[in-house]
Amino acid sequence: MKNQLSRRNFLHVGMGVVGGSALLTGQSLAEKNKKGVILNPGMGHQKDSTCPCHLQNVGKGSTAYKDGEMNPMAFLTTFDYGKVKTLPSGDVEREYTIIAQDKEIEIAPGVQYPAWTYNGYVPGPTLRCMEGDRLKINFINTSHMPHTIHFHGIHPAGMDGVFEQVKTGGKFTYEFTADPFGLFLYHCHTMPLKKHIEKGLYGTFIVDPKTPRPKAKELVMVLNGFDTDFDGENEFYTVNGYSNYFTDNPINIKVGELVRIYLVNMTEFDLLNSFHLHGNMFHLYRTGTNLREHEITDTVMLCQGERCIIEFSYKYPGMYMFHAHQSEFAELGWMGFFNVLPEVA
Amino acid sequence: MSNDRVAEESDMLEVRRGGLFRSKLTLFLTALIPIVVLAGMVYWFATKGASLIETPAVPVEKLDFERIILHPAEIIAYVRNTGPTDITIGQVTVNEALWEASVYPSNAIPRLGSATITIPFHWVEGEPYEITAITSTGIKFTGSVEIAKETPKPGWRYFGIFAMLGIYVGVIPVYLGFLWFPFLRRVSKKWMNFFLSLTAGLLIFLGADALHEAFEVAERTPSVFQGVALITIGTLLSFLVLVIVGRRTMGSQASQKGDFYVRLTLTYMIALGIGLHNLGEGLAIGSAYVLGEVALGAFLVIGFAIHNITEGFGIVAPVASGDKPRNIHFLILGLVAGAPAILGTWIGGFIYSDIWATLFFAIGAGAIFQVVYEIIKLMSRESEAGIGNLTNFTGLVLGLLIMYVTGLFVVI
Repeated sequence: MKNQLSRRNFLHVGMGVVGGSALLTGQSLAEKNKKGVILNPGMGHQKDSTCPCHLQNVGKGSTAYKDGEMNPMAFLTTFDYGKVKTLPSGDVEREYTIIAQDKEIEIAPGVQYPAWTYNGYVPGPTLRCMEGDRLKINFINTSHMPHTIHFHGIHPAGMDGVFEQVKTGGKFTYEFTADPFGLFLYHCHTMPLKKHIEKGLYGTFIVDPKTPRPKAKELVMVLNGFDTDFDGENEFYTVNGYSNYFTDNPINIKVGELVRIYLVNMTEFDLLNSFHLHGNMFHLYRTGTNLREHEITDTVMLCQGERCIIEFSYKYPGMYMFHAHQSEFAELGWMGFFNVLPEVA
Repeated sequence: MSNDRVAEESDMLEVRRGGLFRSKLTLFLTALIPIVVLAGMVYWFATKGASLIETPAVPVEKLDFERIILHPAEIIAYVRNTGPTDITIGQVTVNEALWEASVYPSNAIPRLGSATITIPFHWVEGEPYEITAITSTGIKFTGSVEIAKETPKPGWRYFGIFAMLGIYVGVIPVYLGFLWFPFLRRVSKKWMNFFLSLTAGLLIFLGADALHEAFEVAERTPSVFQGVALITIGTLLSFLVLVIVGRRTMGSQASQKGDFYVRLTLTYMIALGIGLHNLGEGLAIGSAYVLGEVALGAFLVIGFAIHNITEGFGIVAPVASGDKPRNIHFLILGLVAGAPAILGTWIGGFIYSDIWATLFFAIGAGAIFQVVYEIIKLMSRESEAGIGNLTNFTGLVLGLLIMYVTGLFVVI
């Protein structure tokens, strides 16, 4: 770990000196000092420059992130549709497997967090199905703590993941019918609830309507925070688990392309989180349980556990920021960029 | 009985036959045994014994902010790892916003190692700032700037400002106090003892004050540097060293060198003790100035002048009776007692460290208590009662009270 850390820092210094100066005008700290280790080159550092220099290292690449099987970019578009089987009745059955495991994960450059995870990453896998599907979720607990999976949506009491505590080494299969369509979430419901959620046991659960939504570039964004020193306040805010990932790695989209974001707020401790889009307006579908749009806006506020679907397309190419409109969250890692590329005919 | 004698004789024989060497060797070995065993234990624990003791899941990290200085558009924090493990700084925030920072020489800081964090930041004068380092394990350590104010860079301008401050609060009041000398020469012996007791009272207060300051600063020093131990060592050493100096200069040869010599030496020792105390005071003023925590108005200077004028009085009291010292002595005494305040403000302003401040205050306290001890000795030589008689007792209490009341004027 130590080696990787110093190697990454070495890269940071390199980026600060070479990448930073090539990208922008103005002198960075790295250039000025040319010694020591530079953390977050360019971050927060206003420069007399024409580019979006609030973060001058936009698009510097994913040097900071140690990719495991999942990274925040891949997470955007990874959906778990389960093992599909058609039942004699004609219904579709989907079988998923979720394993609770303790794992230390990196949640910001150089900062580790001892997480409790579903399938080894935070947030957990995005489960996706269609309304009416018969779902079987095999839950295996390899963590040192008892856990459950509590799904939002309509299902019998015994499948609610509240009373059936699954002990270390234990198993449980949740079986219910996907109902209704919309954007849901799942999380551990073992007490103390706050602890089990803040440690990372949550994920997105999408139930598609039988009448499909229009074709779009679909992205999942889970808003969360990490309390790294366990004082009941978040030190870092992220989208999909890594602070400032999408400022370092902007999301490429095209002019005119319809983008749909499944937005889930799993932030613990802070009552609210929000999503604000620059240079554009979006169509808002609260909880995604209705195909009629709720309103057209550029900022949406989400309570703990609240979610919504938003749709937009960009008129002009360029780099556009998206972030929490709680400036504090934005400056503690909840920021990102869409890199809108010109449409190629 | 005869057996004993035989044994005794054989012992003597053995000693004669080179047993002297052997017994020395035995002595040496017995001293060495615990060290060898300890070394063995250390080796064993360092190599394989570590698994015996379970280490906590979250390492107990500690990072101390020793100093934060502000330059235009730049915040520089000096940090030291005072915890039991090596630590790595992962992120730095300024007022809860992740920020660019350079960490020199490295963000991996070994135990007791230090690093300089430089942050480009357009800070606003007069506002508070919190600089937080988040380690690789996610633990936060924060250093605060109560009131942002540009840190003086060592340069002629601040050199001058600090020198003036030191002269105002240290040198001038001491010389003013000397003006009581003609008065003291005219008072009767009984009253002289009264004023000597008063001096002892002043000094006891100053000593207690220095100790108090030392403990206050020691509380801020990282625990690994053991502030209280530093105070004990500093106070005791300065006290004992001065006792030896006192004995050498005044003690055994006193009869040969005469009363005047004893009194003058005592005067110099008081000046030295007060000088050390003023060094500490200068440190406090200099660092407070830099931290923007001091309202440097006429009030502070007036307060110190009133407070410290008593110091000048205390210095010249012992030489008031008997022969009058040459004028050059007064000049030197004033510098010995007052000039350290100038040095203190420079140190406090430019290279302040809590550890050094603790030590300076402790040394000052020890020196002052030693001087009190000498004064009381001098007084008991002159009158049987010493501080036991009512006049002298009143003097001492009055000395304490004067310091207390004038101390009310000094608020840093």
